[in-house]
Amino acid sequence: MRQRRLLVQVGVAAVLIGLLALLVNNLAVNLIRTGLGLGFGWLGRPAGFALAETALPYAPSDSYLWALTIGWLNSLKVIAAGLVLATVLGVAAGAARSSNNRLLRSLAGGYVALIRQVPLLLQLLFWYFVAFLGLPSVPIGGLIRLSNQGIQLLGLNLSVEFCAVLVGLTVFTGASIAEIVRGGINAVPRGQWEAFRSLGLGEGLGLRRIVLPQALPAILPALTSQYLNLAKNSTLAIAVGYADLYAVSDTTITQTGRAIEGFLLLLLSFLLLNLLISGGMAAFNRAVLGRLNRSR
Amino acid sequence: MDVLGIWDNPTRSLPTLMFRSSSRVLIVALAGLSSLLASCASLDSASGSRLDLVKARGELLCGVSGKIPGFSFLSPDGRYTGLDVDICRAMAAAFVGDAEKVQYRPLTAPERFTALRSGEIDLLSRNTTHTLSRDAVGGNGLRFGPVVFHDGQGLMVNATSGVRALADLSGKSICVGSGTTTEQNLNDAFASQGLPYTPIKYQDLNQVVGGYLQGRCEAMTSDRSQLAAARSGFSDPQAHLILDDRISKEPLSPAVVGGDQPMGDAMTWVVNALIEAEERGITQVNVDAVMKQAAADPSQTALRRFLGVDPGLGHKLGLADDFVVQMIRATGNYGEIYNRHLGPDSAVAIPRGANRLGGEGGLMISPPFT
Repeated sequence: MRQRRLLVQVGVAAVLIGLLALLVNNLAVNLIRTGLGLGFGWLGRPAGFALAETALPYAPSDSYLWALTIGWLNSLKVIAAGLVLATVLGVAAGAARSSNNRLLRSLAGGYVALIRQVPLLLQLLFWYFVAFLGLPSVPIGGLIRLSNQGIQLLGLNLSVEFCAVLVGLTVFTGASIAEIVRGGINAVPRGQWEAFRSLGLGEGLGLRRIVLPQALPAILPALTSQYLNLAKNSTLAIAVGYADLYAVSDTTITQTGRAIEGFLLLLLSFLLLNLLISGGMAAFNRAVLGRLNRSR
Repeated sequence: MDVLGIWDNPTRSLPTLMFRSSSRVLIVALAGLSSLLASCASLDSASGSRLDLVKARGELLCGVSGKIPGFSFLSPDGRYTGLDVDICRAMAAAFVGDAEKVQYRPLTAPERFTALRSGEIDLLSRNTTHTLSRDAVGGNGLRFGPVVFHDGQGLMVNATSGVRALADLSGKSICVGSGTTTEQNLNDAFASQGLPYTPIKYQDLNQVVGGYLQGRCEAMTSDRSQLAAARSGFSDPQAHLILDDRISKEPLSPAVVGGDQPMGDAMTWVVNALIEAEERGITQVNVDAVMKQAAADPSQTALRRFLGVDPGLGHKLGLADDFVVQMIRATGNYGEIYNRHLGPDSAVAIPRGANRLGGEGGLMISPPFT
């Protein structure tokens, strides 16, 4: 029995290694066929293209490496903002779906139903071409200024491309998070609700202090994969003209012809980013579980 | 406090059961995956020419854009039509004797070279600019055919904007497509004059047009042929102006994978034959008559060689000796193809300019068929 199990494991490992070898061999064959070695010397050469949005100073005479870094920072910017806003929106909508208020409940239900049926790319195109580019130029109360060239918010200058990607990712991911939050809340025994009500706590306070903390262990693992999805979905930004990492890589690959190296860098960047996100969430998850165990 | 309560009493046999069934599932999944990968992997099985593969298959896989009126666009009856498409058809007529034996693959600009190199398509006919980087072994390593359209990058602005030259666009935003030489040319043009600008980069020409029409940018840039094609679809074409500045030369050519001489030669001489046929006044209508006439007149040696009445030239390319006749019957000569899709009576009228024959002040010439 034990030997058979060992045999199975060895077999599975052999197949996996074989598959990997096939892929690596394919890569090597293709590299030889096209006469290209794997090299990264081109990263130091001047990029020669301008970027619309730069978090740090950038000029076309800077290197490809710096251009890619700027693209990565742009990705990071929209992902970080998206994570925060999608969480707020998702938790609010998820809580609203368990609310006693019928209007709130059906509004949140409608939002989730609508958003989850439409592909994200279409939503991004809608937000960009219909919502943001259709904006008339209007100042609102002196602190906010909307126009289809950009949005000024309390001295912060946001491009319409950034806003479209941010809103698109937030609304899309928020709907999935809402479902996860609702599922988590439903997993909390009804007795907990009856208990805080009988203690005279209000609905909002009870939700925040009694129900949500108990729902967290059920919510967090699924939430992590939504966060990872949001990060990966941010590569759709190129469709609406936002200079994210994918868009910059795209231009870089076209100009240098270094498709394999370009994609490898792209892969590694997202791997790194997503490992950070899932690592952070795992740590948070452990902290939450630890606290629950202590309070038990 | 165990919310879900499922880990209260784990039975000892449960993990063992899970291991057994899950390992079996894993093995089946892996076997499936490996067979899938093996069938997808583009291993170079045959070291022969792609041309032999096309002839054996009896069909040409041709990469086109599918989104540029006049070059490759879906007609109302659901077929691709345009200059690039007719190049595919002429190739198919020459390679396998039937212009209809083409499978079209609509490709975006960033996809096209990967599609060619991975073998997904045999030939790329997708308004692709011939450049050093794309040609050289250290770059994309392609083999380009003769130029089928001499283009140049331009800028389109709103006629009421007051912009009349490149310098008027200093500091403005410009909508541009990705994955093309367009972006680099734009930067070269502005940088060399020391003009600042903001590029708004989209993946697709349709989005570039959308951004421009919605007023996100003061100008959009692309090859002038594409600007003209896009403008033909606007609700008010007269309201848009293509600037006189030509910021690049864009010789558009078909391409195949480099290092495959039979395939490259066949492609090159198919295009040359289209031009040669126009030089000789051989058209879709008169090709059979000319052929009959040449067959009856042994003194027409050059014409007889060209049409394959006297065999030899086609054979050297690995094609049928009458490949020129097959092509001209299907698509007509270069001038006929041009007029059909880009001529004054077409929807996308572009003055022929540099694309006239060499003898008429243009740049289109064919090396001799000897």
